Amino acid sequence: MSSYPWAAGYIDDGDRPKIVTSRFHLEDGYTLERYQATGGYDGLRRALAKSPAEVHDEVRGATILGRGGAGFPAGTKWGLMPADKYPRYLVVNGDESEPGTYKDRLLMERDPHQLIEGCLIAAYAAGLAQVFLYIRGEMPLAHERVGQALNEAYAAGYVGTNILGTDFSVDIVLHWGAGAYVVGEETALIESLEGKRGEPRLKPPFFPAAIGLYGQPTIVNNVETLSNLPWLLVNGMEAYTAIGTQTSPGTRMVAVSGHVNRPGVYEIVNGTTTFRDLLYGDEFCQGIRNGNELKAFVPGGGSAPWFTPEQLDLPFEGRLVGAAGSMLGSGAIMVMDHTTDIPAAALTLTHFYAAESCGQCTPCREGGTWLERVLSRIVDGNGTPADLDQLLEIGESICPGAFPHASSSALGLEATPFPYKMTTICFVGPSAYAPVHSALTLFRSEFEAKITRRNSIPVTAVHATPETAGAH
Amino acid sequence: MTATENAGTPPTDDAPVPDPNAVQITVNGVAHTARKGQLVIEAAADAGVYIPRFCYHERMTPVGKCRMCLVEADSGRGPAVTVSCMVPVMPDMKVETESPMAKRMQEGVLELLLANHPLDCPVCDKGGECPLQDQTMTHGPGESRFVEEKRHYEKPIPISDLVFLDRERCILCDRCTRFADEVAGDALIHFISRGNTTQVMTFPDEPFASYFSGNTVQICPVGALTAKPYRFKARPWDLEEIESTCTTCAVGCRTVVQSSRDELLRSQGVDSDPVNWGWMCDKGRFGFEAVRTERVTEPLVRTAHGLEPTGWNAALRSAVQLIEDGKLAAGPSAVAVIGGARGSNEDAFAWARLAHDVIDTPHVYAQMGDGLPVGMLAMPRATIDDTAAASTIVLLGPDLKEELPVLYLRVRDAVQKRRVRIVEFTPRESGLTSLAWKSAVYEPGGQVEAVRAALADPEIADQLAAGPVVVIAGRSNLAESSGATVQAVQTLLAGVPGATVLPAFRRGNVVGALQVGMRPRPGGLDTRGILQAAADGKIECLVLVGADPLADFPDTDLARRALAGARRIVSVDTHLSASAQHADVVLPAAAFGEKSGTTTNLEGRVTTLGRKVTAAGTSRPDWMIATAIARGLGTDLGFRSVDDVTDAIARMVDGYEGVTRDALADSADGVLSAPPATIAAIDPVEVEVPVRNSYDYRLVVTRKLYDAGVTVSNSPSLAHLAPGQRVHLHPLDVERVGVQPGADVRVSSSRSAAVMRVEADPTVLRGTAWIAFNQPGGNVGDLIDSTAIVTDVRIENL
Ligand SMILES: Cc1cc2nc3c(=O)[nH]c(=O)nc-3n(C[C@H](O)[C@H](O)[C@H](O)COP(=O)(O)O)c2cc1C
Ligand code: SF4
Ligand code: SF4
Ligand code: SF4
Ligand code: FES
Repeated sequence: MSSYPWAAGYIDDGDRPKIVTSRFHLEDGYTLERYQATGGYDGLRRALAKSPAEVHDEVRGATILGRGGAGFPAGTKWGLMPADKYPRYLVVNGDESEPGTYKDRLLMERDPHQLIEGCLIAAYAAGLAQVFLYIRGEMPLAHERVGQALNEAYAAGYVGTNILGTDFSVDIVLHWGAGAYVVGEETALIESLEGKRGEPRLKPPFFPAAIGLYGQPTIVNNVETLSNLPWLLVNGMEAYTAIGTQTSPGTRMVAVSGHVNRPGVYEIVNGTTTFRDLLYGDEFCQGIRNGNELKAFVPGGGSAPWFTPEQLDLPFEGRLVGAAGSMLGSGAIMVMDHTTDIPAAALTLTHFYAAESCGQCTPCREGGTWLERVLSRIVDGNGTPADLDQLLEIGESICPGAFPHASSSALGLEATPFPYKMTTICFVGPSAYAPVHSALTLFRSEFEAKITRRNSIPVTAVHATPETAGAH
Repeated sequence: MTATENAGTPPTDDAPVPDPNAVQITVNGVAHTARKGQLVIEAAADAGVYIPRFCYHERMTPVGKCRMCLVEADSGRGPAVTVSCMVPVMPDMKVETESPMAKRMQEGVLELLLANHPLDCPVCDKGGECPLQDQTMTHGPGESRFVEEKRHYEKPIPISDLVFLDRERCILCDRCTRFADEVAGDALIHFISRGNTTQVMTFPDEPFASYFSGNTVQICPVGALTAKPYRFKARPWDLEEIESTCTTCAVGCRTVVQSSRDELLRSQGVDSDPVNWGWMCDKGRFGFEAVRTERVTEPLVRTAHGLEPTGWNAALRSAVQLIEDGKLAAGPSAVAVIGGARGSNEDAFAWARLAHDVIDTPHVYAQMGDGLPVGMLAMPRATIDDTAAASTIVLLGPDLKEELPVLYLRVRDAVQKRRVRIVEFTPRESGLTSLAWKSAVYEPGGQVEAVRAALADPEIADQLAAGPVVVIAGRSNLAESSGATVQAVQTLLAGVPGATVLPAFRRGNVVGALQVGMRPRPGGLDTRGILQAAADGKIECLVLVGADPLADFPDTDLARRALAGARRIVSVDTHLSASAQHADVVLPAAAFGEKSGTTTNLEGRVTTLGRKVTAAGTSRPDWMIATAIARGLGTDLGFRSVDDVTDAIARMVDGYEGVTRDALADSADGVLSAPPATIAAIDPVEVEVPVRNSYDYRLVVTRKLYDAGVTVSNSPSLAHLAPGQRVHLHPLDVERVGVQPGADVRVSSSRSAAVMRVEADPTVLRGTAWIAFNQPGGNVGDLIDSTAIVTDVRIENL
C-alpha cells in the first residue's frame, strides 16, 4: 500500500523512518482513541516527568529545523525570549499557503493530536502560558479535526488546568484565518491574531520572541515543526539525530507538484535525500511525466529561485542549497518539464505574489504589480527588447545588489548564493521577483523569442489592458 | 554640602565626564554625536543630512512603510540596508545616505511611487509644496519608465464633510490613517484591499467624522487629501503667510495663517513643543471662514429706523456720550464692561485701563458666567507639559474633546504613551472616559461627594500619592452654579497637597484678559451680577466688548432681561451678534488675522498674533477703540501702536514682567506669564445641594465643539456640523417618560418649558438629562436659572 483514500496526496512507498506521518496509514488516526492506542501523549508524559529545562535541552540538542520556511532551529528560537518577561505565548503557524505547499494541512487533518501534543510539550519546555493555533481559513477539514481533537484532549485532561495531575496548565485557542497568503509570515500572523489587518511588522524591533503577540514574548512555530516533538520525547535525542545529517537531522515533509509521474507529499530523510532521489526515485516521484526532459524545478516553495538539472544531486540540506543559489523554504518542489513556457510560468508565480502583497511597502506593492504587468505584456506577445532589462531594474528596486541564482555551465554562470538584500519589510516583495530573475537569468532566450516573434507594434500603441483597480 | 550630597555629584576634575547619552556615529563620513535611542533619520538631520521620507512623522510612531528613507548603515557587520526612520543609532555606526546603494534604493522607491502617481500637479492643491514633487527633484531617477496603464479610481471622493480623498494620488504612507487612530483616537479611516489595489477608505456609511480631520490634510505628503474650505482656492506660491496663534479656544495652538489677495485662505498647525505639536482642531483650522463672513464693516448707531451705518467720528462720539450719560445718571459704577476674552492681551489691557482708570467702574469682567471664578487662577498653576508629565491627571471640568480639543490630544497622548493615569469626575461620559483609569460620573451637585469618596478609596489615594498630580479644573455643567465644582477642587487640593491646577478656561484669551485686568475691582460684580443689576434697572450703560450674553451666558432669560433693563448699550464686535442687535452703538472690531498683538493661553503662555489681512471694512482692533473712547472721555492712554500696549503690559501687569517684545521675538514657543499676585484666592466654598425630587431630572448642559456661536455659524464649512438640540436621557429613563427615542418631549424647569427631541443615550446617568448648549434652533438657556445651585427639569410625553 502506498497511498490511502483518507490521506489523498500522501505517499509512503519504501522503507523510510517515519516521524510525523506514522499514523497516516490509519483511517481513524485522528481520533483520541487511536492516538492513545498508538503511543499518543506518551511524549507529553515523558516531558512532564522532566524539568522544563531538560525538555528544552533535548529539543535544542535535536536541532529541529523550523519547517515553516526559515529553517531556524526550534530549540534555539525558544531560548531567545527575554528571561524575565511573562506571559509568553505560543503561536502555531497553520496558515500554510506558500505555492506548492500542502503538507501541514495533511498533518492537521490526519494527526491533530500529534500537533496538540507538540504544542503542549513546547509550552511546557519554554514556559508558554497560552497557545494560539492559527489555521488557514480555506482548510475546513483541518479546522474541524483540530477542533474535535482539542475537545477530546480537554475532556481527557491533556489540555487545560493541571494537565495529567501536574501543576502544568495551558489553554489552546483555535483561530481561523481569513485568507491572505502574507499572514503566513509570522508577524503578520500575530497582527491578524490581534484582530488587525494582516501586515508584517518590522524586524527590528518586532522579533516575536522579544515583542510578539500583544507585545509579549511569543514563539511562532510551524505545524510540522511542532509535530516532531512527541516522537522526539518518546524516542530521544539520539534516535532523532541518528536520522539525517548532523546539520539537518530527522525527516521532513516535502510536497512535490508539477510534471512528475507521481506528485505528492513524502516524508523524506533530511540532509541526505537528493533532488534526484526525489524526482526520479522509484519510491518517490518516479521520473518526469511522459518520459520528458526536466527543464527546471523550484526547490523550496514559490518564493525560491529555480534550479535546473545541474542541481539535481544536491541533498536536502539548507546550507548547500543556499550556497547553490536557492533555499529549501517550505519544502515544496515544483517541477517543470521541457514543454513548459518559462515566461508564462514566471508570470503565474509573480502574479500570485503581486496580488498577495499586503500593500504596505512601496517596492512590493508597486514593484510586484509592475513586474507582473511587463511580464504579462511579454507573454502576450507585446514585449519590447527594453522590457527585459526593465524587469531586472524593477527587481533591483526590490532587491538591490546581487540576487541569488543557480549556476549554469551551459550559460557559463557561477552560482550567486543566498541571501539577498531587500528594500521591503518582508519576503513577499522579493518573492515576486525571484521567479522573474531565475527565468530571465537561466532562460533569457525564451523571453527574447517571445519579443522578436511578436507583431512589431510600437509600445505607445499597445492597448494596455484597461484593468481598472479592483479588478483582481 | 553634606557627605551624601557629595557622593551623588560627579567628580569635578578637568577630565570631561562622558555623557552616557551620547552615541558617536558618522554620517557620510563626518563624525557626529547622536543621542542614545535616537533614530538614524533624526540623528542624520541633526548632522545636517536630510534623508528623504514620506511615512515618517516626528509626532507619530514610525512605521517604516514607504521605504523612502532607506540608507546603508554599518554597525560593525558590514553595510546593511537600514530603515532610518525605525532603527536607532548604535555606537560607531557608519551611516551612508549617499552611497551608490543608498541612492539606488531611494531612486528605486521614488520611481515606484511615481509609477502609479497621476502627476496631475498642475491641478493639484499640493503642487508647489509637495514632498513627492520636491523629493523627486532632489532624489528621483529623473524620468519614469512606467508605460503601463496607471491605477484608476473615481476622482476625489468625500470621506467626511470636510475632507476629500483622491486615491490615485495617495501613496499609502499611512500618515492619515495613523493620525486618525493613534493621535485623534478616531480610527475611522483605514487601508482596505491589498497589493496594487490597497487604498485608504472609511467604513461603509461611516464618514471620517473627526474633530481633527484637517490635520490629515496637512500631513498628507501628496495632494491626496484636500479640505473643502481650501480646495482649488490658491496655489502655494501665491500664498503669503504669518505665524500666529489660534484664539478660538484657550489652548492657543500655534498656527501659520495664509492668505492670497488679502483674503484668509488657510490655517496650518505649527509644531510648538509645549503646546500643540503641530495639531489643530477643525474648528480652529477652518473657523477663519467666519472672518470673511457677515462682518460688521462700519459703525452702526441706533436711530428711529434701527441700527444705521455711520462714520467712526460720529459713532465714537455716541459711544462716549452713552458712557458719560451713564456715569452722570448714577455714577461710575452704573457703567459695566463685559468681555475681552476673544481679543488680544492688548485689547483686553486697553479696555481694562479704560474701564478701571478712565470710566472708574469696578464692574468689569471677561468671563461669560460659563467658567469658574477668576480666583481659580491664583491656584498653583500647571502647564500643559506638566500635565502630560504628571503621574495622575484629575479631570474636574468640561469635556476636553469638545471644549479644548488639542489639550484633549495632549492628554490622550500622555495616557497612551506615557501611561499617565486619569481620575475623572464628570456629569456624563466624556471624550476621555474610555481612557480614564477611574471615572466617577456624578449627578450635578454631587462632585464634592464624588471627590471625597475618591480620596477615601485606598487605591486612588495610593495613586494620587505616587507622583505629581495635576487637576484640570473648569466648568463642567452650565446648568449648575460653579460653587460645587469650586468646592470639589478645594476639597481635592486639600486632600492632595502639592497638586497643581491647569485652568480649563475656554474662550481664546480669557486667561490673558483676566490677568491683564478685565476682572472686577473689590466690590465689583462678576458677569452674572452685572446682568442681574442691569435687569434690575441699575446699569445705566452696559459695554459689551466682543461679548454676546444672549448666546453665551447660560441663563438666557436673565441675559434678555439685562439687555432690556440696561439703559444704554455699547457693543464692540466683529459680527452683529444677537446681543449687539440690542446696542445703541455698534463699533466694528478687527478679527483674528486682521490684527497683531499677543494672547495668553490657559496655562499662561503668551504668544504672538499675526496680522495677515486688512481688517474688514473700517473695523479696528479693540485696543484702538478703547484708546479712542478714553480720549473722548478726556484721557490719553498713551497707546499709539499695538507695541506700545504690549510694552505697557510688560511694564505694568504683575506676572508679565518677562513678557517683553524682545523675549517674545526670541522664543518660538512664547513666554510664560505668572498669575498676578493681585488675584485673590477663592475663600473656601460650601454648597448646599438641594435634594432632587425623584420625578425630576437634574439638568446637565455642556458645550459641543460645533454650536450656534459666531465662529461656527459664520463658517460655511462648519455651520452644518452643529448637532442641533436634543435632550439625552438614559434609555431606561426614556422608557420611564413613556416615549420612543426620537419623539418630541416637553422639558420644563422653574423658568420655562421647551419642546425637543429625546435621545436614548447610555452615556447619560440615570436621573439626569443632558442637553448641548447653544445649538441651532435651541433654547436650553431659557431653562437655566443661574442663581440656582442646580437646575431640575421635568420631562413629559407631549
Ligand atoms: C511571506 C511569508 C509567508 C510565510 N508563510 C508561512 C506559512 O504559510 N506557514 C509557516 O509555517 N510559515 C510561513 N512563513 C514562515 C514564518 O514567518 C515563520 O518563519 C515560521 O512560521 C516559523 O516557524 P518554524 O520556525 O517552525 O518554521 C512565511 C514567511 C513569509 C515571509
Ligand atoms: S513586502 Fe509586500 S507583503 Fe511584505 S510587508 Fe511589504 S508590501 Fe507587505
Ligand atoms: S491619503 Fe495622504 S496621508 Fe493618507 S495614506 Fe494617502 S498619501 Fe498618505
Ligand atoms: S484646540 Fe483651540 S486653539 Fe487649538 S486649533 Fe482648536 S480652537 Fe484653536
Ligand atoms: S520614512 Fe522611513 S520607511 Fe517611510
